[in-house]
Amino acid sequence: MFAEIEQYFRTERLPHIWCPGCTNGIIVKSIVEAIQKAGLDQDKTVIVSGIGCSSRATGYLNFNTLHTTHGRALAFATGVKLANPELNVFVITGDGDCTSIGGNHFIHSARRNMDLNVILFNNNIYGMTGGQYSPMSPSGAKATTAPYGNIERPFDICNLAIASGATYVARGNSFNTRQLTDIIYNGIANKGFSFVEAIASCPVYYGRKNKLGNAADMLKWQRDNCITKEAADRLPPEKKQGKIVTGILHHEPAPEYTTEYQKIIDKFQGGEES
Amino acid sequence: MSAVAETTQQTPIAINLSWCKACGICYALCPVKVLGPDELGKVTVIQANKCTHCKICENHCPDYAISVVGGKKS
Ligand SMILES: Cc1ncc(C[n+]2csc(CCOP(=O)(O)OP(=O)(O)O)c2C)c(N)n1
Ligand code: SF4
Ligand code: SF4
Ligand code: SF4
Repeated sequence: MFAEIEQYFRTERLPHIWCPGCTNGIIVKSIVEAIQKAGLDQDKTVIVSGIGCSSRATGYLNFNTLHTTHGRALAFATGVKLANPELNVFVITGDGDCTSIGGNHFIHSARRNMDLNVILFNNNIYGMTGGQYSPMSPSGAKATTAPYGNIERPFDICNLAIASGATYVARGNSFNTRQLTDIIYNGIANKGFSFVEAIASCPVYYGRKNKLGNAADMLKWQRDNCITKEAADRLPPEKKQGKIVTGILHHEPAPEYTTEYQKIIDKFQGGEES
Repeated sequence: MSAVAETTQQTPIAINLSWCKACGICYALCPVKVLGPDELGKVTVIQANKCTHCKICENHCPDYAISVVGGKKS
């Protein structure tokens, strides 16, 4: 029931601007449900976004929100969290925003392990600017800037996050909403850099360019092409070829940045001899 | 105005037609064809009594336009 989560939305701004069948709205709902389940105080929660269709989400969310500049959401979020570590800080970003212009912020944020919750809406394309390919467009995919198919290879952003030092990494999609809510919720519990890739569909650009059918067909594609990590672990390699693995992919706690920083402050302001 | 939909008479499915964008997801995913398109492609209830309260429609409506009243908690 929407009434159960209504308090987390700026309902006077709805309906949102996203195109019919764009699954950004589904992912936003999972974020809100995870926040509700974790019992976070709305006034102590900040949601930061970059620029893109997905980053418009902050405009509809009834928290402290910051709609920042393209690729820089993580930089703003880092400042917010460092200035006031008691805040719960979330970042909403797109595949272009996070992995293209924001790629360097991403790897260093992961490495630093600050307690941030990042949700990347991966629709495999730049939606807002008209369907250019992104660093997460699959090879062969068509885009405005790849009319004959993309000759580049995409990032596996979850692997990049793990390699960069993220302490919690998970992937979900907008079909399996229960799983998506759960992995965001588990990320909130991780004290450190928590990263969730949420597979989204952009029927208007990615779908149309690649003849993926209507919005419902694209959701069914997610259902049929994703398998959970638990299932994948039991399958022989040939059976999981081409499948996208979802669930918690990595969880390895490490010292958290603002906690370590507080230790320095305590050491020098606490009257201790240096 | 409350965002909660005006409940359609005698159905367990509350629809906020002003938020519906006629994307077709709910009626394509409803396993028992409770929902269908109206002449504009927006959602309409065609056979309420078949509803199993599975909430697939509610969970996948990107526009929060459907609330399934009653049934098991999602
Ligand atoms: C500095 C700067 N460069 C480029 C742009 C143009 N721009 C706006 S959104 C966008 C990409 C959006 O793609 P993505 O982050 O994947 O989000 P989506 O719209 O697909 O949700 C670009 C290149 C900009 N706003 N600012
Ligand atoms: S252009 Fe694509 S990503 Fe942007 S709102 Fe429309 S469907 Fe969603
Ligand atoms: S899923 Fe939502 S927006 Fe799409 S047709 Fe159904 S009620 Fe309308
Ligand atoms: S709750 Fe399930 S059965 Fe009822 S209308 Fe929605 S999808 Fe159909």
